[in-house]
Amino acid sequence: MLTIANRNFHSRLLLGTGKYPDYSIQKQAVDVSEAEILTFSVRRMNIFEADQPNFLETIDTDQYTLLPNTAGAKTAEEAVRTARLAKASGLCDMIKVEVIGDQRTLLPDPIETLKASEILLEKGFIVLPYTSDDVMLAKRLQDLGVHAIMPGASPIGSGQGIINPLNLQFIIEQSTVPVIVDAGIGSPTDAAQAMEIGADGVLLNTAVSQAEDPVKMARAMKLSIEGGRLGYEAGRIPKKTYATASSPTEGMSIG
Amino acid sequence: MKLFINGEEMIVPDDVTNVEELLDYFKLNNKAGIVERNQVIVDRSLHAEEAVTNEDRIEIVHFVGGG
Repeated sequence: MLTIANRNFHSRLLLGTGKYPDYSIQKQAVDVSEAEILTFSVRRMNIFEADQPNFLETIDTDQYTLLPNTAGAKTAEEAVRTARLAKASGLCDMIKVEVIGDQRTLLPDPIETLKASEILLEKGFIVLPYTSDDVMLAKRLQDLGVHAIMPGASPIGSGQGIINPLNLQFIIEQSTVPVIVDAGIGSPTDAAQAMEIGADGVLLNTAVSQAEDPVKMARAMKLSIEGGRLGYEAGRIPKKTYATASSPTEGMSIG
Repeated sequence: MKLFINGEEMIVPDDVTNVEELLDYFKLNNKAGIVERNQVIVDRSLHAEEAVTNEDRIEIVHFVGGG
């Protein structure tokens, strides 16, 4: 069970809603992923195309927790504005704080992220900041009172997987709030690795939406996250340099 | 009346006097749009009471796919 701000979720997979081939595939992918938390962005409406479909209109919003992001914000001020617009929808009170400091790498600006998180906590939001995998930054965010910490595995949409598992492990070990690995996950292996390290959840988008078969990948991610979590709970064996036989050495009929 | 809607200058009929009528005019009233007038968010329940006046800067946003 994943608990964020006293809300319980069965699924540890948080799914993004961007860049799917079409809404039908997206809906199927969301269904099979069994994700309960879906992320969205806030953007200007095309007011001259009122009939244009919108994914949000195709799903039962009561069944999901919506997690809008502040993507597009370069400063704390812009992130706060986007968060307030999102909340005014009346559909959610959670916000993924995402303040991008560099457009080429899309890495978060830690200082603006910290500032935005502080302001949004004061305003009563449930705050989930997307951060770099810096251990002290995670601690500072936690000290502010954020409801989860979401360190990136590698740059957004890069599919490079977890570049620094050690930092991630340090963040998880010290954290008193859920740690959700966000961004950079490329394959089911990456997702399972995050969970085996002890992450409380994984947030991914491109790995599913841009897969050759998004629906199948959504299921693969669900299963690997469940598998990784079970493996973490079960406690893996230590790695050893040399072999240890699995079969008994006594009672052999040969030799 | 001249308005700046989502950054673009537009002329809307003078019988549009409030946010609700503005959304009606663009046939957006059944959409989950969030409106900001001159950088102040207009609560959904107050759309009919929030006046729209010449040279207002209106933002109409909604949720789109994102990660």
